[in-house]
Amino acid sequence: MSATTPDEVHKSVRKYLAVFIALIIGTVITVGAYYVHLPSVAMTIAVALLIASVKAFLVAGFFMHLISEKKMIYGILVATVFFVIGLCFLTIWSMHDFPANMNHSVTGQM
Amino acid sequence: MDIPYTVHPRADTGLYNAKVGIWLFLASEVMLFGALFSSYILLRVGAPDGTWPHSVLNIPLGTLNTIVLISSSITVVLAWASLKLNNFARYRVIQSITLLCSLIFLVIKSFEYRDKFAHYQVVQKDGKYVDGHLTGSVYLDADKKTREEHGFRGLSFTEGPKGAQKKFTLESVTVNGFEAKSLAEINNPKVGVHHEHKDFKIAAAQIKKIGNYGPWHNTYMAIYFTLTGLHALHVIGGALVIGYIWGPGAAMWKTDPERYINRVEVSGLFWHFVDLVWIFLFPVLYLL
Amino acid sequence: MQPTAKEAHHGDAHAHAHHEELGFWRKYIFSTDHKIIGIQYGITSLAFLFFGFCLMMAMRWQLAKPGTPIPLIGGMLQSIFKDMASGGIMSADLYNMFGAMHGTIMVFLAVVPLGFAAFGNYVVPLMIGAPDMTFPRVNMASYWVFFLGCLVMFVSFFVPGGAAQGGWTSYSPLATLVPTDGQTYWLIGMVLLITSSLLGAVNFVATIIQLRAPGMTWMRLPWFVWVQFVTAFILLLAFPPLEAAGVMQLMDKVFHTSFFLPSGLVVSGTPVDVSGGGSPLLWQHLFWFLGHPEVYVLILPAMGIVCEIIAANTRKPIWGYKSLVYSALAVGFISFIVWAHHMYVTGMGTKISTFFQTTTMIISIPSVIILTCLFMSLWGGSIRFNTPMLFALAFLPMFGIGGLTGLPLGFNFSDIALHDSYYVIAHFHYVVAPGSIFGLLAGVYYWYPKATGRFMSETWGKVHFWLSLLFMNLIFQPMFAQGLAGMSRRMYDGGATYAGVLDPATGDVVGLTKQMIGLNTPITHAAIALGAVQLIFIINFFWSIRNGEKVKTDNPWNATTLEWQTPTPPPHGNFASEPTVYRGPYEYSVPGAATDFTPQNQPK
Repeated sequence: MSATTPDEVHKSVRKYLAVFIALIIGTVITVGAYYVHLPSVAMTIAVALLIASVKAFLVAGFFMHLISEKKMIYGILVATVFFVIGLCFLTIWSMHDFPANMNHSVTGQM
Repeated sequence: MDIPYTVHPRADTGLYNAKVGIWLFLASEVMLFGALFSSYILLRVGAPDGTWPHSVLNIPLGTLNTIVLISSSITVVLAWASLKLNNFARYRVIQSITLLCSLIFLVIKSFEYRDKFAHYQVVQKDGKYVDGHLTGSVYLDADKKTREEHGFRGLSFTEGPKGAQKKFTLESVTVNGFEAKSLAEINNPKVGVHHEHKDFKIAAAQIKKIGNYGPWHNTYMAIYFTLTGLHALHVIGGALVIGYIWGPGAAMWKTDPERYINRVEVSGLFWHFVDLVWIFLFPVLYLL
Repeated sequence: MQPTAKEAHHGDAHAHAHHEELGFWRKYIFSTDHKIIGIQYGITSLAFLFFGFCLMMAMRWQLAKPGTPIPLIGGMLQSIFKDMASGGIMSADLYNMFGAMHGTIMVFLAVVPLGFAAFGNYVVPLMIGAPDMTFPRVNMASYWVFFLGCLVMFVSFFVPGGAAQGGWTSYSPLATLVPTDGQTYWLIGMVLLITSSLLGAVNFVATIIQLRAPGMTWMRLPWFVWVQFVTAFILLLAFPPLEAAGVMQLMDKVFHTSFFLPSGLVVSGTPVDVSGGGSPLLWQHLFWFLGHPEVYVLILPAMGIVCEIIAANTRKPIWGYKSLVYSALAVGFISFIVWAHHMYVTGMGTKISTFFQTTTMIISIPSVIILTCLFMSLWGGSIRFNTPMLFALAFLPMFGIGGLTGLPLGFNFSDIALHDSYYVIAHFHYVVAPGSIFGLLAGVYYWYPKATGRFMSETWGKVHFWLSLLFMNLIFQPMFAQGLAGMSRRMYDGGATYAGVLDPATGDVVGLTKQMIGLNTPITHAAIALGAVQLIFIINFFWSIRNGEKVKTDNPWNATTLEWQTPTPPPHGNFASEPTVYRGPYEYSVPGAATDFTPQNQPK
């Protein structure tokens, strides 16, 4: 943990409140973007996921103190993130790499 | 010998035991939800054009729930900070807001679930669809044979008219909603919500297939219920642990305050993770 | 990290060192002591190991003598499974059920809990000089959730329609559409087992990170601790996706969703009434994302045990300790990205299968390094051929056969021919049966004196070893031939249906030859004999608790690692005072030392 003395705790509390406000704003923007109907689906997805990632970073970084965590925890999480990306990416890749002459869609219809 | 480092960090790792434990547990949770999100992406990308539903869920309620959960996240961390400042009374108050938030979240979620179980889609024999809420229906009292004939999938949530007989032969159902020519029309993100809703009375002989928006309705509803259901279980679990530490477990504050603060911190880490999952769930399921 | 004995500042030493006497239930049943939990895991998993083997013996009877009543247990099977075993004859459904449950039980209820949970629990805290696991109550919860999972799996045999019949891999749509409840029980059981091993894995990793005794740096950890560390990480990160898949299949089964059911599914001419849109391949991906790392969960603990036993019984340091450590880490890491080599015949494209073929070949490198190091360790040693050492020595070539025969399955072009044949059965059984299980049996013989204070009978141990080695090979060696001849692993009549099928164009025999099918009979005889030989082990195990030769010292094998530097059996809390570690794990026959072994806690 970063905060140990009362002064530091007070300082972190201010930080937490700022993060909270940022999270609320992020939520409002995400919903707002939905209602204004962005020009393309890809853009909608990109905006929503970008904001979600920023929010996730804020929660993990500040509320969960990841921004100043020990090396050991980083090690564990880096491995986890690597494997989760591997799972997602390789699965999706293999579902799309079918020989062209096979009428194989992703949903397994033959 | 007692187990060391239950309270104070070990010199070379800089961590106390429970902190290592919770982060390892969260790592496995990342894999769990990661696999479910991957499944979501796969099913969605694989769905033929026009079959992935949009605007099925109640966005204002979802937004409200997002804010409720974010609020509970800030209160958890503020409660921990209060303990750090040795202010137990303030911790008690702030953490009770966390617990209240978790309760509100679950209540709102249960309303959303209930709404989906009352939301029906009827495929008529002429190929047209009627999509909306079952009102004044007597369908659910129909016998097994009728249900099977119509490929019925749903729960007995809607009530029949007062005084209806239990044994009932189906004559018609009434749905408050809109009519559509095809699934694509219902699932079109631009059209669905803007339909004017009105009552449709559909004779039993007209029904080809009837079912509600339960998990069986389509893969979208399936992944929606699985993800949010698992998430709700995490909310319940987290609230129970935080509640235990807040209530009966608080005796430890007197005997071993440092360890108590650690417990609050560790339970808080789990709670933030639950919040973090929702941060992704909300746009992915409600908005995209 | 440099070893500094000074950093020994173990905080939090609460004053209440006195341990009140616990009652029988708290001491032996709901115990939080890692040693009792280890023994609980050990007994449970050995029981299931034998049960799983019995299922297989019944199947082997059916393969050798299709359509004849199973002796001894035929009547019992008929009374439990009714039509599925009328007249004591095994039906196709029963064969499928036994096959599915044999695999499930052997992997998830026997070998993994024995190698990881039982030995890991008992030995790891002792080896690193810790008083217990970091979270003793979580540890207890882990065992009882595991026990509950075992119970659900076992009870599923007795529900109407019997246990799961969809294979141990439970591929959808088959597993989802079998019209019995067995699969639902299977899934609930799996969710419990996965939860249990997650709790265990968190505990193991946290223990190894946090509770190493002062001076026990990472590079002084016995290799067994390293492999348990890697194994725990694999379980921690590979199991959750299967838990997710299990939940989704449970949804498919109970709530009629379509996660793994495609659109337009027709079974026996009738369209299945589901919404469709799901993907059967998704199940396979999620399953094998665990399934392949699971192979290393099965083998790594056994390798670790073998390494400890070889070091102690060759009286010389392990050759290439660092290579072993880095290889174990590499295996653990790469094991996450090889899984789809189980899926070459799903019709996946050339790019992705080349990718998985490449990673599969890469992972064989660290595996070979491990095996080579262990072989090299024998060179120049003054080997003591006691029972644990015999099992450990046999592990090396047996695992070698299993590993090398896996290469043709890792190449996609040769896998297409061999897939789903008896060759595959022979390959992975060589890895797991005379491989893993020999390693684990070695561990039982090796650490038995520490847990009980008595040796198991050496004579009967050797009888057990030589006969097991003989019959194991008689069972699995012919299966390579059968597989290469094209015998499918799924045929419940042992291939009789396909025997002597003629090619209509040429009139040649294209089915299985009589000789190949004939091999089923000696295999079955060997399997029954192997079962009988295990009775020797079981009797020896229980008989020796009271009657075995007593150990004369706490360190009967003259080993260096810390678990031998405790009282026998170790008390609650393990060490009388916290040990300090001054040296690496395998300091045998150090020139100039007083004895031919220098324990890790002996000061310089």
